[in-house]
Formats: sequence, structure tokens, C-alpha cells
Amino acid sequence: MTLTEPAGAAPAEETRRQRTQRTRSRSPMKRGMYPFILTFLLPPVGIYALYMLSPYIQAIYISFTDWSGLTTDFNVIGFDNYVELWNDDQIWTALRNNLILLVFAPVLTLLLGLFFASMLNVGGKRRGVAVQGVRGSSIYRIVYFFPQVLSVVIVGIVFKYVFAPESAGGILNSLFSFIGLDGLTQLWLGEPSYLIWIVLLVMTWSFVGFYVVLFSAAMQSIPKEIYEAALLDGSTRFTTFRRVTLPLVWDTVQVGWVYMAIQAMDGFAFVHIMLGVHGGVDGAGDVLGVAIYREAFSNNDFGYASSIGVLMLVLTMTIAVLFMRIMRRERVELA
Amino acid sequence: MASSITGRTPSGTSSRRKFLQQIAAGGIAIGSGSVALSSCAIGGSDDDDDDSGDTAEAPEERSEENPLGIDPEEPVEIHIFDGGFGDAYATDIHQPIFSERWPDVEIDHNAAVDIAGELQTRFAAEDPPDFINNSGDGQMDPGQLVADGLLHDLTELFDAPSWDDPEVPVRDTLRAGTIESGTFDGKPYILNYTFTVFGIWYNKTLMDENGWSVPTTWDEMLDLCAEIADAGIAPWVYQGVTAPRYMNWPLLTMAAKLAGPEVLVAIDNLEEGAWGHEAVREAASAIRSLHEGGYFLDGVEGMEYRDAQGLWARGEAVFCPSGSWIENEEADAIAEDPSFELAVMPEPLLSEDSVMPLETIRATAGEPYIIPADANNPRTGMEYMRAMLSQEGARGFTEMVTSLTSVIGAADGVELAPGLSSAQEALNAAGDNIVNWFYPTWYKEMENPGIDQATGKLLRGDATVDEWVDECEAVAAEIREDDSLLKQNREL
Repeated sequence: MTLTEPAGAAPAEETRRQRTQRTRSRSPMKRGMYPFILTFLLPPVGIYALYMLSPYIQAIYISFTDWSGLTTDFNVIGFDNYVELWNDDQIWTALRNNLILLVFAPVLTLLLGLFFASMLNVGGKRRGVAVQGVRGSSIYRIVYFFPQVLSVVIVGIVFKYVFAPESAGGILNSLFSFIGLDGLTQLWLGEPSYLIWIVLLVMTWSFVGFYVVLFSAAMQSIPKEIYEAALLDGSTRFTTFRRVTLPLVWDTVQVGWVYMAIQAMDGFAFVHIMLGVHGGVDGAGDVLGVAIYREAFSNNDFGYASSIGVLMLVLTMTIAVLFMRIMRRERVELA
Repeated sequence: MASSITGRTPSGTSSRRKFLQQIAAGGIAIGSGSVALSSCAIGGSDDDDDDSGDTAEAPEERSEENPLGIDPEEPVEIHIFDGGFGDAYATDIHQPIFSERWPDVEIDHNAAVDIAGELQTRFAAEDPPDFINNSGDGQMDPGQLVADGLLHDLTELFDAPSWDDPEVPVRDTLRAGTIESGTFDGKPYILNYTFTVFGIWYNKTLMDENGWSVPTTWDEMLDLCAEIADAGIAPWVYQGVTAPRYMNWPLLTMAAKLAGPEVLVAIDNLEEGAWGHEAVREAASAIRSLHEGGYFLDGVEGMEYRDAQGLWARGEAVFCPSGSWIENEEADAIAEDPSFELAVMPEPLLSEDSVMPLETIRATAGEPYIIPADANNPRTGMEYMRAMLSQEGARGFTEMVTSLTSVIGAADGVELAPGLSSAQEALNAAGDNIVNWFYPTWYKEMENPGIDQATGKLLRGDATVDEWVDECEAVAAEIREDDSLLKQNREL
């Protein structure tokens, strides 16, 4: 049986090979091309396999075991970790929080980034000049970028004190009572329902600067003539933004969105530093990244931690695939 | 080591090597697999796990000078947690004592802040050091270590003659409860070196200035709280968002005083309804009454524990639940005001006809030291422990880091800081009426986040006593039903 098929397929295969050989013989590097390319490809592929693929595969395997992380032996326990995952309320909380971040963080950050960038580059109004930023834009540009320079750890610690109670040096509450808005003071980090929104806020604060710079660069490459034409047609600033600026930086916005979505799926450093390893009061500010860390390194349950990791892998892949689908469709429409 | 490959894997379990074999087949599919995969997370050499034990375990000649039979020339590797106590007590006090007797044993001293970060992979590689101070935020879960069979049994150490007097075995030089606090399933695996006194710490200066006296019943406590609040001071703080569980300590101690230590045994043994015991409910409702009366410092629910304790040490509040480490922990804040003096009081009685006397106090040995089962030189590790437990070693420790040790009599004649000396007085007054509970060591997750979150709600007023009981019961049930945990039991 095995004989018949290859026999039939052989001629086509043969011609193709001959054709490729002919093509290759025409190239300047006849012999030794494959070894040559392989020498360049093998080390990076090897390193990739060693540090990326192998940990993935190991993590998937570990997720089916009860490995504590301390021993060389462990038992394979099938889907027990996944069953536990399904029944673990804390994981659902973490998942919900990740989804909140995933939906709101990119939207908020990109909208603010676009707004600031357009104000800095095309938002100003002065007689005689068609396109310019608002007054003092060169200073704002630097100021907006400050948070990006700070390490996440510092941002986390600073904001812990922004949201602390007044008697413990809380900046926000002190500000509220200073301007007479005592009614607005809250125990921000003591109230479970606020936690993830505070994380969202801090995350947005620390990333907006980056997008301002990114979008500014994109906007500066838009030809000034287009704006002048729009201005001559009497378009308002908002219309200019909607009809001219936004379509011309759309590619950059898409890239920014992917990047921000990745940040939102993570969120580990912000939550761990601001709320602690249990995700704050009642664990209400937990995210999956922190849950993995907690199960692995605090509870010595690497098997369970790996199963959360696999969950995160599936989620991230799904999002990536969905996003690529959407992107592809848009490209077709444009063409 | 070819011989060790075959027939190594016990049935039902899967070893790293089997895993490698399985994955190597898949490795071909992803290209340069086999090279890449020889370095995996589940790693290290498992070639010498069984035989290393044999060679290292074989003791040298035992003698009166060398009761543990150590090799006087084999080096010993030591890891100290570089936290609140620092590591100078090891290098400046314990190691000189040890080296005086064993000049040829080379001590490889290491200090680390994150113990698990430093050593977890070495356990997984079956190449752990000989002696570990397993403490701090990066503590490796003790219950898990025991369940995985990774710790060396310390029975021999406790049976050996003590460093100072060959007639007295080590176990008789230790305070009651010390060995029990590190015992799992009847075997001692952990040496708890310090001795911590828990209670309600109060601002003695403020109390004296205002002529307030230490309350002995909960009713008196509430009356005093009202008075303190009228004076414009907050009566209580607790450890805020970080650790509301500190309030559990007075809660459970008061319950034990009311109905006897059986209450705590039931909780430790995960008995159904243990948290719903009438005494526990009563204690919980007493603690909740502090919230109802508005007796907590404003905003404490949203504070970091150090901020809350700092405010207490700066005179913003009078009472704070803690252990005797607080004097050390808040040393900076305390030093700001030379007139500030702190002291500890036993928890007030909930009722006149309590089972245990007022002086009853929670005290326990703490600060765990372990010896890995796979250590190269476990005997010398134990010998080092024996040196630590000498009178000179323990006294030096108390003087240097202001903490009591589990060694009887070692703190006698040492001039102690005011807080610590009040702790020692409380301890002496308590006599045999010392209580403690073990579930936080046995089941780390049960205490935190489990009970911690429940008590947080109780303190914020987000849960009634009934709801708190239900949540604690649910937490206990979850632990009870988790087959992956090794269950412990104790009797009174």
C-alpha cells in the first residue's frame, strides 16, 4: 500500500526538485548556501527553543502534576489542577480584573495619548501659522514622558502613598480635605471594589506618556498641506482631528493597542507592589500574573501555578488571533 | 551513573528523567530539542539522591565531645535570613562559639533576604545547603517541605547532651512548647529559636499620664476606650490592609481564656464547627465592638501595617496587637520620643467565670531553622544548632537583637529593653498558662489569605459575627477537603 502512492507522486516531486536545483544553480552561492544559512539560523533557533519553547512545554506538562517546586519527583494528577482552577473563586476574580484591564486600559490610554499628542502637535491656534501645538507644548512633551522614565516599582510605591489614608500621609485625601472636599476622601486601598480601578488609573498614568511620544512622531510625519487645505475648507479642530489626523495615524494606534493589551494582560508589578501578593483587601485586586506568582513561590504549588499559566497562555493566544483577524480584514478593506 | 537510571522511578510517580525521555521524543519535532531540553526547570542531578544520604549520614565516631558524630574537617554551608534580626548574630556570636570547638570546620556563611528565591531551585536539584534560617517573606512553606520529605529529623539533636552541660540533654534546656512548635506528625523538623510573647501592646506613657489603668475585663476595656476616645486619642490600631489577622491573636486568646485551650485544639485539628464555638463567637463580637464603637484609629482599614504601627508608636493610639518584635520593628519611631514607653498586657477576660486566669498569655517559639534531608553535611548543621542553643549563644542573641530565645535562663541578668522586659514579666506571671495555635504553620494558606480576609471584613464592619464564622468555617472546610495537604493533628 505504501508503495503505490509515492510512485504516483514521484514524477511531480522530481520535476519540482529539478526546477529548484536549476534556480539555485543560477544563484551566486551555488554550493554551501544551506550550510551557510543554517549556521546563521541554528543558534537563534536553538536559543529560542531553549529559552522559549522548552519552558512553555515544560509548564504545560507541570500543570498536569502536583509538583511543589521543591522536589525532583512528582505525581501526574491529570486534570485535577484545572478542575481546581474552575472552582477557585479567587481565579475568577483575577480573570475578571484582567478583562477589566484589557478592555479599559488600552481605550483609556490610547484616547488620552491621542488627545494629548494632537494638542501638542496640531491643537494650537495662532494667527498666521496653520499647524502648531498649544502654547508650552515643548515643555508638556517632556513632562508627559516623565512617568515612562520611572521604574514601575517606584510608580507603585508612590501611588500607594497617593491613595493612603490622610493620617498615613495619603496625598489624594490630604488634597481633598485641603480644598474643602472632605466628602470625597475615601479609604481607597481599603475598599475592595475600588482596587482594580485604582490599578487601571495608575497603569494609564504611567503609560500615557509613551503613547504621546509615539503618536507625536506619527503626527509630525503628516504633511502640513493637508491641514492647510482642511483649514481653508473651514473645518473645525475636532473635524480636522477626526477626518485628517486620526486616519493618518491609525496604523500607529493599532500597534499601540496591541502593546497596551499585552501590558493589561500582565499588570503583575503594579498589583504586586501596590496591593501585595494576595491582591489587596479580600483579594479583590488580584490579577492572573500575581496569582501565578503566589501559588508558585508563596504556596509552593508549581503544578497549580502552571495551570494558571496555561490559562493565561490560552487567553493571550486567543486575543492575539482575534486581533490579527480584525487587522487583516481592515487591510483588505483599505485595499 | 548509568546504573542509577534504571528502575529508579517508583511506580505511580514520574521523575524528571522519565519526563526528559518523554519530552525528548517530542523534542525532535521542534528541532534542536534534546540539547535544549537537558536544562529544564525540573532539573538538577538526581543521580545521587539515595547514596548521598548514605555517605553523609554515616556518622563519625561519637564521643562525649562529639555527641552528634560530625566530621571535624568537613565544611558546613549556612544560610541566614537577613531580615529584622540581620545576620551579624550568626557571624559575630554563634560562629565564633562553634569555631572555638571545631576550628577545622570551614563555615560557608551566606545571608539572603529572599530565602526561597535563593534556595528553592537548590532543593529541586537535591543540592540544598546544610543549615537554613527559613524565614521572612520568602519563606518556603514549612508544611510543604515536611510533606515532600525534604527536612532532616532533629530528634537526635534534642536528645544529644547540651553544649554547656553533658548531663543535660538539649531538650531539657528549652522552654516548654519549643519542640512541639516545630513538630509535624510526632517528629521534630524545625528548630524555633526565638521566643515571642503575644499580647496587647500599649502606650504606657499615655496610660500613666492620664491615670488610666490596665483593663482586666472586656467591659473595662470598652469603658476605657470610651474615655480614651473622649480625650481625642484613638484607642486602637491594627495592621490595616496588610495584616488584619493580627487582631485574631487577641480574639483567639480571649476565646481560649473563656472556654479553655480545647477551643484552639479544635481549630488546629480543622474540626467542623470549631470556629462557631460559643467562646469564639463571643470573642469575635467583642473585637467587632471596637469597630462599632468607632475605637479604631481613623483610616486604619486602608493603611499599610508599618504606617499604622508607626502612628501607634508616635502616640496616636493606645493599643496595638502584636508580638514582642514590635519594639525592634518600630525602633525608629520609638526613638523619636525618649519619654515613650511601651508594655504588653494579657488580653482582658470576657467573663468573670473564665476557665483560664487573666495572666494567660500566648507565647511561642518562632524564627525557624531547618536542616534539609538532602544536605551534604546535616550532622554539622545540627552541631551548629547545638552551639546556637548554648547559654552563651542564646544570651548573645538576646543582647544583640533584643529578642528572647527558647533557651531557658539565657535572658537572666541581661538588661532588656522596656518592652521586652515587660514581655518577660508577663511570661513569668503566666507560668504554665501559655496558649498557642498551630494552624498558621501547618496550613499557611488557611491563615493568609483565608482567615486574614475574613477578619479584615469583621474589623471593617463588612461582616457580622455570624458571617465571619461562616467564612472561617468555609476556609477550614477548604483545607480539610484539600487532599494535597498533609494533615496534622494535636492533642491538648
